Amino acid sequence: MNIYDLTIHELKEKIAAGELTPAEIKKAYAARINEVEDRVKSYITITDELAEEELADYENKKEGLLAGIPIAVKDNMSTDGIKTSCGSKMLENYKPPYDATVVEKLNEAGAVIMGKTNMDEFAMGSSTENSAFFDTHNPWNLNHAPGGSSGGSAAAVAAGECAAALGSDTGGSIRQPASYCGVVGLKPTYGMVSRYGLVAFASSLDQIGPITKDVEDSAILMNVIAGHDPKDSTSIEGKKEDYTEYLKEDVSGMKIGIPEEYFNLEFDEEVKASVLAAVEKLKEAGAEVETVHMIDASYALAAYYVIAPAEASSNLARYDGVRYGLRSEQAADISEMFTNTRLEGFGDEVKRRIMIGTYALSSGYYDAYYLKAQKVRTLIKDDFDRIFNDFDLIITPTAPSTAIELESKSDPLEMYHTDIFTVPINIAGVPAMSVPCGFDSSEMPIGLQLIGPHFGEGKIIQAAYTLEKLLNIKEKRAEL
Amino acid sequence: MTTKYETVIGLEVHVQLNTNSKIFCGCSTEFGKEPNENTCPVCLGLPGTLPVLNKKVVDYAIMAGLALNCDIAEYSKFDRKNYFYPDLPKAYQISQFDLPVAENGEIEIETEAGIFNIGVTRVHLEEDAGKLIHEGSIDKSKGSLVDYNRTGVPLIEIVSEPDMRTPAQAKAYLTELKMIMEYLDISDCNMEEGSLRCDANVSLRPVGQEEFGIKAELKNMNSFSAVEKGLEYEVKRQQELLDEGKKVVQETRTWDESLNKTISMRGKEEAHDYRYFPEPDLVPLEIDEAWKEEMQKEIPELPREKYKRFISELGLPEYDAGVLTGDKDLAVFFEEVLSDYDDPKNLSNWMMGEFLRLLNENGHSPFESGVSPINLAKMLKLIDQDIISGKIAKEVFEKMYNSGRDPETIVEEEGLKQISDQDELENIVDAIIEDNPDAVEDVENGKERAIGFLVGQVMKETRGKANPGLVNQMLRDKLMN
Repeated sequence: MNIYDLTIHELKEKIAAGELTPAEIKKAYAARINEVEDRVKSYITITDELAEEELADYENKKEGLLAGIPIAVKDNMSTDGIKTSCGSKMLENYKPPYDATVVEKLNEAGAVIMGKTNMDEFAMGSSTENSAFFDTHNPWNLNHAPGGSSGGSAAAVAAGECAAALGSDTGGSIRQPASYCGVVGLKPTYGMVSRYGLVAFASSLDQIGPITKDVEDSAILMNVIAGHDPKDSTSIEGKKEDYTEYLKEDVSGMKIGIPEEYFNLEFDEEVKASVLAAVEKLKEAGAEVETVHMIDASYALAAYYVIAPAEASSNLARYDGVRYGLRSEQAADISEMFTNTRLEGFGDEVKRRIMIGTYALSSGYYDAYYLKAQKVRTLIKDDFDRIFNDFDLIITPTAPSTAIELESKSDPLEMYHTDIFTVPINIAGVPAMSVPCGFDSSEMPIGLQLIGPHFGEGKIIQAAYTLEKLLNIKEKRAEL
Repeated sequence: MTTKYETVIGLEVHVQLNTNSKIFCGCSTEFGKEPNENTCPVCLGLPGTLPVLNKKVVDYAIMAGLALNCDIAEYSKFDRKNYFYPDLPKAYQISQFDLPVAENGEIEIETEAGIFNIGVTRVHLEEDAGKLIHEGSIDKSKGSLVDYNRTGVPLIEIVSEPDMRTPAQAKAYLTELKMIMEYLDISDCNMEEGSLRCDANVSLRPVGQEEFGIKAELKNMNSFSAVEKGLEYEVKRQQELLDEGKKVVQETRTWDESLNKTISMRGKEEAHDYRYFPEPDLVPLEIDEAWKEEMQKEIPELPREKYKRFISELGLPEYDAGVLTGDKDLAVFFEEVLSDYDDPKNLSNWMMGEFLRLLNENGHSPFESGVSPINLAKMLKLIDQDIISGKIAKEVFEKMYNSGRDPETIVEEEGLKQISDQDELENIVDAIIEDNPDAVEDVENGKERAIGFLVGQVMKETRGKANPGLVNQMLRDKLMN
């Protein structure tokens, strides 16, 4: 196996055994980037200098959980002095003066940050085609999208351009690209990972999480990034778990719910068959599987497309050209400067969501849209809580299909629909992981979604780890 | 003013809280620093930053709510108020919309027309915005500069009920609020520096009509006198419109101090839609009984209670009580002296006379002068014990004020003790009688006033040190028997 194909835990073992040095690892990944990046285009910024600096500091951090491990970070997480563009022309040259909490944690753990990955502008999109700069290509088939919005992170992991990456997930933006790219993506419980320094899209839904080559790496990365942060009032105070303790091949007695309303939706038959086959394996391994009834996912999607744009319309209002980022040169007065800056700086999808959100919060419409959506949100939360009273986990597909072809979906509503299985999870605030469960007839990866109750990351990891062993497909890599 | 219309005024008062750090970050709130010195990624609203609530700010808001006799919310939350302006870095202000920290209060005010209760609708927390700065004047400046030092300084907004009927009541309400905040020591309440700001809603309605008239909102009144003048102007303007059969337009008007009038700023149509919604970056605020009780303990006797007590328990005239309680430090000073001295009226005379005169001349607050409460008490006792005369006392007091020395030392070292020894005065009195035969004759002819002249001559001779009462008695004994 190539060095760039190795997982975090494999690299750690080799470093510990003296078979590889961090410098050799870094060199191998840099060479891999050099080799495939012009075809995959995962990165907006390659931070080679930063990686060298971190490598030079290796001796001081070699006890760290990620000492010497090459990691990629989505370009919406603030990096001190390094461009953080959010895939937008608005922030094309913006360099934050501070590190996001997760970036600080990566640094403390000794990670070697390889670069900042491409994404849909301000994380709004499901294919990374909304990046203001360029498309990222799916390593399994370059004509296909990597998914989004964390498409750059998922593609970088799948292409061996990093050992693992951080993504952010507001309605599926970690899980859906993980599914499209045949890697593992975890969206933790809301509040589990600090959002400080994550450029906000929809504050009540955004959550940072790991995108990795296998489940064990996901647990390791969670050990690094999870935990209370006094700088984020919505981050949860509580005891820190060691997620690697859940790396057990055991699902006996675990109760798994299969929501009929989700499986009854119209979606790719190959995906459905693959997910159900994987569920069958878990059943054979001792899990108790039962059909359950839940609120139709389309209600969650409707609520999401009111709440997320509403928050976004406010969160993105600060990009007004006054202090940083793009400022339009075409303006006679302040009001025109605001308007033209935003006209020139934002792409179509961002503008569309700002307009939807502004409308939903406007006086006279607030009750009919925002307030109603919040009520739906409460019902959906309650619905998940109800299921988790009796079940350990829920399983659904991650996405209705395998990776879509680039430029294949021009209708935004059709694109929104690719998040039908992932959006309800953010609405409920619970954790969920996409784990590869097979391939379709075009050899494109299929993802299965494991959903757990609040703080149920451990159970998810345990079931996903077991499934990974049962399916035995994780060694398979995209050929580039 | 005619009696056809009744004026209705409500005030929205912004009070800057004097916490050391800002409401959502650790930056200093110190006034007068270099532009943008007191800023950080959080208060600059940089992408990815998040607010963290300063608990002290909530403490102060609870105290204000309690002092204004409000109900304190068990459950309160923050909301975003969205609008674009260069001084607002996030393009939204974190404020409170439907669940403020405190509601349903009232305070008592007093004007020449009597005592009134003014309702307090709500007290809510919010963050201040920055400041635009223009080179030269706003018209001539080539651009605007922004100073974000003030961004994130904590504010409470106190909204009154439309309970005021005259500009004088509005001024009295504002004065009472300022005093309460000062007594709580939660704000500097300096209108000129902007730590106390006041907007007013003004409308007129025919006497006897229950429904409110159409209101104008008045802004930019930057001093207490501007509030009164602005309101008086606005009442007159609306009254004239109504007298002419015209309608008042609902609008926002600004008080122009140089023109002495209010000017239309924007109409109802241009009013903002702030698109309030719950702030997702902060968790709701829960205030339990224990927290409320803890804050209740921090609340000192408030100005109105003190005023009433000074009248009822200390027997002070209303005027004295008003002046002394009008300034918290003055009241505290007064009471500290009283712990060593037991004639409140005599003390009040001294404080309102000499002390206030010197404080005003020097621009000092009560505890900034050389006079300590204990030394003032000592000085008053020296007068009462006839050790110094009232006249000498003024001299002693001024020396105390300027040097900080204690009165006994001053009297001792400068030989200012009153001469109350009859033997010592005998020769001087006799000499004055001998030198002033005309006055002596007047006295002997029954002209009592001439005695005063002779006493004055003795005082002059002793450079004020003679005990005037004793001298008077001695002269009477010698000349009128």
